[in-house]
Amino acid sequence: MGRRRWVALVLVIPFIAVLWPPFYAALQPEWQGIPYFIWYQFLWAIISAALTVAVYRVQDGGESR
Amino acid sequence: MIHWDEIVIFVALGLFVTGVGFAAGRWRHGDLDLIEEWGLAGRRFGTIVTWFLLGGDLYTAYTFVAVPALVFGSGALGLFALPYTIIVYPLVFLIMPRLWQVARNRGYVTASDFVKDRFDSRTLALLIALTGILATMPYIALQILGIAVVIQALGINIEAALIIAFLVLAVFTYVSGLRAPALIAIVKDTMIWITVIAAIVVIPAKLGGFGAVFAAVPVAKLTLPPSLFAGYSTLALGSALALFLYPHAVTGTFASKSQHVIKRNAAFLPAYSFLLGLIALLGYMAIAAGIKPVAPYGANSVVPQLFQFAFPSWFAGFALAAIAIGALVPASIMSIAAANLFCRNIYREYIRPDVTPREEAQVAKIASLVVKVGAVGFILIPGLTQYAITLQLAGGAWILQTLPAVFLALYVPWLGGRHGERHVLARCQWFQQLPDRLSDRRRGWDEAVHRLRRVRPQHRGGGGLERDRTDGGGDAGGARAERRGLRAAAVPGQQRIGRESRASGDGLI
Repeated sequence: MGRRRWVALVLVIPFIAVLWPPFYAALQPEWQGIPYFIWYQFLWAIISAALTVAVYRVQDGGESR
Repeated sequence: MIHWDEIVIFVALGLFVTGVGFAAGRWRHGDLDLIEEWGLAGRRFGTIVTWFLLGGDLYTAYTFVAVPALVFGSGALGLFALPYTIIVYPLVFLIMPRLWQVARNRGYVTASDFVKDRFDSRTLALLIALTGILATMPYIALQILGIAVVIQALGINIEAALIIAFLVLAVFTYVSGLRAPALIAIVKDTMIWITVIAAIVVIPAKLGGFGAVFAAVPVAKLTLPPSLFAGYSTLALGSALALFLYPHAVTGTFASKSQHVIKRNAAFLPAYSFLLGLIALLGYMAIAAGIKPVAPYGANSVVPQLFQFAFPSWFAGFALAAIAIGALVPASIMSIAAANLFCRNIYREYIRPDVTPREEAQVAKIASLVVKVGAVGFILIPGLTQYAITLQLAGGAWILQTLPAVFLALYVPWLGGRHGERHVLARCQWFQQLPDRLSDRRRGWDEAVHRLRRVRPQHRGGGGLERDRTDGGGDAGGARAERRGLRAAAVPGQQRIGRESRASGDGLI
């Protein structure tokens, strides 16, 4: 427990990415007819999920439950 | 118009789930007359069950009814639910394992237990409990409203729909406690996955693809004007911070059997966030499909109607049942959690301290009914239900007030309370000794202290730390430190408290 605590700092990234609407409040560039505003946030849903899994693996992955 | 074919499917699925609920009462034998068993399922849930339980907490009528309704009515603003769910799990990952550990070590069942112990204040604990119960009511109201809207879509008049929704929820919870929602959540989530996948494949196809859907939506509804930036991100952040302060989220977390279960869930639950976003887009699809909201709950009715528009009637029945069960399960969990709170932190604390475990479980069951009645009260308040999401936001704003006492107190050792006092004392002494340490090396220090002391009267109203720092090195400061030391020695409990807080500190690590 407490191993590699600093790795958790990675989890701050999604906060910055999605809590600052000026980054993504735009229609262009569209992707397959989907406005930027929408696909950007879906993309971050995936990235954020990947990051939490990664942090979990690094911090707790080796231990049994 | 009554849709009989949909009703048949809907009722059949409802009966099936209720059957699972009753069977769940016998699942993993426990004495349901004991509150730890009824309300926390004996703290035995592993990763899989906790996954469904916490997933069930979040993916509710809020997701299926309230968010798409807001997207339908207000456009991009409603998508704040997406950043909300994106950031909520990193927060859970960072905060909840710690809270679980403290709760496990000290036997807490509610957030209020923690606050009472941490701050040594019954009043604060009572306020936390009352806030939790009050904030849960509108959230349950949202679920009941969601069920009622679905039943209304089947062609049943809204008053009858509301009564049916309430009765089903009440009976269901009363009988089975937390076990029922946990097991049913598995059934429910399967149904929801099927429904959502069908919806995002069938509906856009029927409307000519996602491109066509977005092309049919007015441009103003597709992105956010700068005037809404602050609102958008604070809605997301506030909702995320609030979610795991709700009594039901705390209950769901405490019911898991280890920190690892919580961490693993926080790591893998974000897989649901994408799903939630897709469900939010149903609001746009309803615009593209030309769905007209119906009275009395307006935009909240668009998703059930969209399903009826897009699906054959047998599958519409299935999808509507998924929404209703998806509202029923969390509502049940929420009312149990609120009942736990009432029982432990109000009834036992203020009304009958010598309550027997059996009576406690009985009181909790009755309290869960009362909470649901309160929830219906919120539905009947005119204006609140224009957008069902208002109910959830109201609850969120209230429960957020408990954040300093619950989450911050977990991390900030000197934040009030008897444990806190020790830390503040230690810090003050450190500041008081600081000049002594420095004076050897810095001759100018005394002068600096004098200069500070001259402005001291203006600082009188300021924080204690500031004052002590300016006192430092002078005789007054020394005398005060001495008085403190004497007082500490004079209080016999001090030693014990010190040890106790060390013990709880160990628990935090």
